[in-house]
Amino acid sequence: MIHFKVSDREQISAIGTILTLVLALAAGMAAIGLIFILCNVNPIFAFRKIFSGSFGSIYGFKETLTKAIPLILIGGGLAVVFKAKFWNIGAESQLLMGAIFGTWVGLHWGPVLPSPIIVPLMFFAGFIGGAFWGLIPAILKLRFSINEVISTLMLNYICAEFLTLLIVGPWKSKKKFGFPYTDDLPDSAILSLLPGSRIHTATLILAVISVVVLAIVIYKTRFGYEVRVIGENPDAAKYAGIDFSRTTILIMVISGGMAGLAGVGEVAGIHHYLSYPDSISSGYGFTAIIVAWLAKLNPIYVIFSGIFFAGILVGGDAIQISLGLPAATVDVFNGTLLIFLIMGDFFTKNKVRLLLKERA
Amino acid sequence: MKKIETLEMINIYKSFQGVRANDNINLKVSSGEILGLLGENGAGKTTLMNILYGIYQPDAGEIRVNGHRISIDSPKASIDHGIGMVHQHFMLIQNHTVIENIALGYARAPMLFPQKKMRQSIVSFSEKFNFNIDPDKKVWQLSAGEQQRVEIIKALVNGAGLLILDEPTSVLTPQETRDFFHVLEKMRKDGQMIILISHKLDEIKKICDRVTVLRKGRVVGHACTEQMDKRSLARMMIGREVIFSFSREKMSRKEKVLDVVDVEVDGDKGYPVVNGISFEVYRNEIFGIAGVAGNGQRELVEAITGLRMVTHGRIRINDIDITNQSPRKIHNTGVSHVPEERIRFGIAPNLFLYENAILKQHHQKKFSRRAFLAYGRIKAHTRQLIKDFQVATPSINIQTKNLSGGNIQKLILGREIADKPDLLVASHPTYGLDVGATEYLRNQLLKRRAEGGAVLLVSEDLDEIFELCDRVAVIFQGKFMGILESDDSRIADIGLMMAGTKDLRTGEGADDSF
Repeated sequence: MIHFKVSDREQISAIGTILTLVLALAAGMAAIGLIFILCNVNPIFAFRKIFSGSFGSIYGFKETLTKAIPLILIGGGLAVVFKAKFWNIGAESQLLMGAIFGTWVGLHWGPVLPSPIIVPLMFFAGFIGGAFWGLIPAILKLRFSINEVISTLMLNYICAEFLTLLIVGPWKSKKKFGFPYTDDLPDSAILSLLPGSRIHTATLILAVISVVVLAIVIYKTRFGYEVRVIGENPDAAKYAGIDFSRTTILIMVISGGMAGLAGVGEVAGIHHYLSYPDSISSGYGFTAIIVAWLAKLNPIYVIFSGIFFAGILVGGDAIQISLGLPAATVDVFNGTLLIFLIMGDFFTKNKVRLLLKERA
Repeated sequence: MKKIETLEMINIYKSFQGVRANDNINLKVSSGEILGLLGENGAGKTTLMNILYGIYQPDAGEIRVNGHRISIDSPKASIDHGIGMVHQHFMLIQNHTVIENIALGYARAPMLFPQKKMRQSIVSFSEKFNFNIDPDKKVWQLSAGEQQRVEIIKALVNGAGLLILDEPTSVLTPQETRDFFHVLEKMRKDGQMIILISHKLDEIKKICDRVTVLRKGRVVGHACTEQMDKRSLARMMIGREVIFSFSREKMSRKEKVLDVVDVEVDGDKGYPVVNGISFEVYRNEIFGIAGVAGNGQRELVEAITGLRMVTHGRIRINDIDITNQSPRKIHNTGVSHVPEERIRFGIAPNLFLYENAILKQHHQKKFSRRAFLAYGRIKAHTRQLIKDFQVATPSINIQTKNLSGGNIQKLILGREIADKPDLLVASHPTYGLDVGATEYLRNQLLKRRAEGGAVLLVSEDLDEIFELCDRVAVIFQGKFMGILESDDSRIADIGLMMAGTKDLRTGEGADDSF
């Protein structure tokens, strides 16, 4: 009889880690290939389309970078909370709340303040908005022991409905022919783009700087050390006198705030007004979960995994158009990859041996 | 299959990472007999029974049922041979009913609607032993005693001819214990074979026909309980007449460091487990708390170190009141703690060794510059630490989980001592370590004492207590049975005090329920 023997792996080399990562991605791609075959699509053709659409042309790569901005911002924040094993599944609505706060500031003070003042102000407001929305599940967990996976997930729906309420109700523009949109942000509140693209440079720079800062916080500071101890062993953290409540609140402020920044970037850089939740964010808050995971929860690596997944989003659009596949294809793609990445983790933590002999 | 009538374990050996847990053990038990398995914690009782229940495989030796050699490679095989085990911590699903829990462990439960068939057998066992259990109640609604009966039924419906009971009374009230013993007597009359694991002399004396005593992995004696008195049982368990090594130089007691006044603490289940304890520990002193696990010493230590709320009384360090302060604040007043469950509390296993070397101290000035950690100094400190405390490791840049238990313990003890605490609280610091590491760690505790530190040592290992302590308190059911100077002659009765049968405060037994 064949059976597996699983034991703890003591040490894994850097090459081993990368190799499992690559193998997990490859296995994930193979599984996705099967799905393509089931849909009567040549998988090789589809993959080529996806990656040539996102990385193969200058236009495509610019689009990829555009979509990487929110993924890097959110993924960086998620890497921090996930390190403490706080499972924030609500980045999608923290982004929306950031967009709402940022837009409010932009619409109210944009007409009277110059760009160098209003833009930072909007980002600040967006950070506060996202942080506020992220604080709710943190407090629910600390005060009432409510599982954060449920609360963050459910808050997504509440925030999406709240945004819809705003745009069909009090915030609805009178100049948009009855569409449920807000007014356009004034010119001073709109981010300038890299010429010939939709890349809003200010947010891109902000994203890169923030993940670098977060990496320093996580790996070099006392606070980051406490976050990691909590994630590795909450009992030891208590024993070591680490304040669990304070740390949990701070990391959710960071994670929610980062998503809020992404929300401001999307509105001020691309849409210029608030509209339906699905158009403000095409699931960035969820995709960023995989981004953080692929980056092994290291904020620096989030830059690369963010670009990679942005590429898949862009390439997904490309195959929707050229192969006539449904929009959900990208979700299937991302979900499958996440499952394989998590499975890959099992192999970095455990030694698995295949035994052919009879069980003793 | 023939009913199990005799069971023998012959020349059983089992070691874990070089530590002999069972060393050439022989025992025999037959129908209608209750065998007591007596020994201190770490004597190898549970290991031996886990071998019998198929959880561990012995390194050598054989098991015979009715004279035939059998092999037990899993709990299922053990059940098939008619062996049932009731663990110290019940293996029941809290949200399921009694009937569902029993059906779950029942090998011949019908695929569909097993309740009907199960109900009959549960009711019949219930009546036979006066169990009085409602099969439709959920397990969480039952008291510990009732849950234990569910576990017993679970074993009996599977046809267990041999029932292994691991510390069965540790979760019971005195009343429940009495009822439980009636059940055991009834079972014995019924021809049931029972192995009772315990370190309580009273119980062994009261209920068992024969007793096998284990010490440090070896059988030190078999006896009929009728012919033994408690004192000689205690001597067998502990291993000698109490002798002192006077290698410690005498030191005078000067400044008071720890002052505990009439402290009460609740346990995990919400009822009091420390019931009004008072004592002081001075500089240049090692104060020992001896006692069998589960008598409140863990909770007392957690209260002193800030991990558990004190419900009554005060705790002071150097005259500063630290009652119910945060662990960090208590640590900052000069208290270090070597925790009992070192892997669970003492380290973050996936972090690097040097990161674990400063756990609890990372906020101190010497390891940080403003908000940043000073990794240069931390690594230098770690290198010194592993050198001073002989932590065997290829590098300080490895994940701490790769170290052996002994080396993790040295790291933790080193970390806590290097902090030069006014009070070092050490719980079972050498539990499970080999002789060399044990001796080294004990010397480190003596060194701390000589340097002027106060040490509070909680241990079940009486060798350790006698070797190190200036004064010893014996804890039983959340109270001190007395505090003794190391040269007090009454210390010979420490085994009886640990079992709760001798109380120095009254001169009487504290627990006369037997």
